[in-house]
Amino acid sequence: MLKRKQAPSDTAFLLTITISMFVVIYILSIMFLGDKGFNKIQMLFNLFNENAALIVIACGLTVVMITGSIDISVGGVTALICTSCIVCLNKYDFNFFTALILALAIGLAFGAVQGFLIAYLEMQPFIVTLAGMFLGRGLVALIEVNQIQVDNKGFELLSGARIEIPFLGDINKKGVFIQSKLEYGVVVALIIVFVMLWLLKKTNLGRSFYAVGGNSQSALTLGINVKKTRFNAHLLCGLLAGIGGFLYLFHTRSGSVQQATGLEMDAISASIIGGTLLTGGVGNILGTLFGVLINGLVLLVVTAIGNQDPWWPQITRAGMLCFFIVLQSIICSRKKK
Amino acid sequence: MAKNNKKADTHHEVSAMKKIIKHKLFIPIVFLMFLLLINIFIKPGFLRISLGKDSSGNPVLIGNIINILNNATELVILAIGMTLVTSSSKGQDISVGSTIAIVGGVIMRVICGNETQPTRLMAPIIVALILGCLAGMACGAFNGILVAKFNIQPMVATLILFTAGRSIGSMAMGGLKPKAVASFGYYGNFIPGFPIPTPIIITIVVVAITFLVLKKTNLGLYTRAVGINDKSSRLNGLSPARIKFLTYVIMGFCVGIAGFVQSSRVQTVNPYTIVPGIEMDAILAVALGGNSLGGGTLNMAGSIIGAYTIQTLTSMLTTLNVNTNAVPVFKAVIIIILVAIQTPTVKKFFSSKVPLSKLATNNGKERG
Repeated sequence: MLKRKQAPSDTAFLLTITISMFVVIYILSIMFLGDKGFNKIQMLFNLFNENAALIVIACGLTVVMITGSIDISVGGVTALICTSCIVCLNKYDFNFFTALILALAIGLAFGAVQGFLIAYLEMQPFIVTLAGMFLGRGLVALIEVNQIQVDNKGFELLSGARIEIPFLGDINKKGVFIQSKLEYGVVVALIIVFVMLWLLKKTNLGRSFYAVGGNSQSALTLGINVKKTRFNAHLLCGLLAGIGGFLYLFHTRSGSVQQATGLEMDAISASIIGGTLLTGGVGNILGTLFGVLINGLVLLVVTAIGNQDPWWPQITRAGMLCFFIVLQSIICSRKKK
Repeated sequence: MAKNNKKADTHHEVSAMKKIIKHKLFIPIVFLMFLLLINIFIKPGFLRISLGKDSSGNPVLIGNIINILNNATELVILAIGMTLVTSSSKGQDISVGSTIAIVGGVIMRVICGNETQPTRLMAPIIVALILGCLAGMACGAFNGILVAKFNIQPMVATLILFTAGRSIGSMAMGGLKPKAVASFGYYGNFIPGFPIPTPIIITIVVVAITFLVLKKTNLGLYTRAVGINDKSSRLNGLSPARIKFLTYVIMGFCVGIAGFVQSSRVQTVNPYTIVPGIEMDAILAVALGGNSLGGGTLNMAGSIIGAYTIQTLTSMLTTLNVNTNAVPVFKAVIIIILVAIQTPTVKKFFSSKVPLSKLATNNGKERG
């Protein structure tokens, strides 16, 4: 019970570090890499455009991790959603909404089956979702082996649409004002972040996630249906993977077997950077949002520094992950004493 | 009196049968046998092993069984390390695939130097092997420090090397893609004049050493003790941190050997594509072997059988002309079925339906 009491302050501290780190890196990159495009608002918008799908998926993983479980199937589910939606859009005259329903159905189906196996049959989450990952990727190969593109006028029109916020933009080299463009996926992602914030803080469901993750025994004595809560967490993660997968398709408009490889690990590392503990009971959505952004920003910065060697982006990201993990561990062990 | 005797007899029979069924290796072995049977049905000549000649005229053993034994080498070696890690630290090392890329990069750099098409070995192979193993053990030590000293969840701790490993491997090779001389290939293929593939010999040696160590030392006992309960093992005079660290270093050593065999197979290494997803297969082998992924169990034979099961399944699907990318679908179905049978909930469900076992448990209670 001691842990639950301390959890919020830990989380708040880690969250502050993550956010301030993001701000510091961004300001530094504006100061030193301004000529590489970092002084433009479009750069910030691009950061969101590129990472909208990952934000949604990482939110789902945060929820699952708060309940003390894990889901590594989301990358496979994303690939499956992309390919099956494209096949349906191209061959069976699906439109935007039926494709969206298909994506949500796939996500929910994976979430429900995995949730059932984990919560009610008490199978190990890692193995179940590993099977989910295999199933997702394998089904992609059964549906379509080659890389495919969306060939559907209506869908392409919608996914090409951009939001232009008035008076926000940059002046290019010729002195012409160019409006900054934001994709609609970003709006969806931000709405989901706010909904999840509300859900985790204010509703019974969200609070029971924390309770089950913190200590499932005491949650049970409090009268929380532990199995149902675990199931709900996986169902929610599946739903968010469905939405995230659709956003991924909306952004890339292509699908292949190797698509979104390692997406699950990106999402997990974003959650960890944001202060979610894999042991459960601790975590927040805002941290996850900044975890995703900081990861994307570091990639942009390392690329912009202009180092020709292709290995630096991943090594830098791993170094940052290492920093955050060790920091978390030190804070947690210091608090225990 | 007579009635009692009869009851005792049935109990005896039941317990003998139950002993076999309840044996920890029962499900893994039955499943491997089942897969082999299917293979024999699909391909009548499955079990045949013949002596052929390779392109340069040296005698080599050819056959499906030989292929499976040969190709499973890396997986078996990794499964051994993974079993120890899982048992002691209640979590898995997901960085092994990336660490193999590092080991491969180091070995290639040592053997080829800075040339892309070297005509001779730049260093003796034993040096490359030792340096490769040291690189693997260094990575293992890094993971081990994070897990044992900083008390970080194994999956999170190894996520760092999972992210960076393949890039570090590429950096170790200096961005080159060298191809080593053919004599380096002996260790992943055949030594000329010797018909058994070298990886099989390496597997046998590694497995033998593993069982010898488990038999002669307290490693297995200590690992299990730490995995079951950290605190009580400390009260009993063990150092959980040191034992966890040790298992990670052993894992690193296994990765070193596996990386050596893997890079010797084609004498070239592409760090970004070498052994994709092998960490998942290794974890799967541990789970199929009846080990709890939550730590505290150490069923080494089960893990090794699990690794061969996975390889048999993969090669069976290849025989059936299933697309390589679609193989995971079948893997997924089999994982779920196998793991579901072994969960306590399902076991309880089935045992409650079988009257014989009910009888046995009742008898046990009466005695107690």
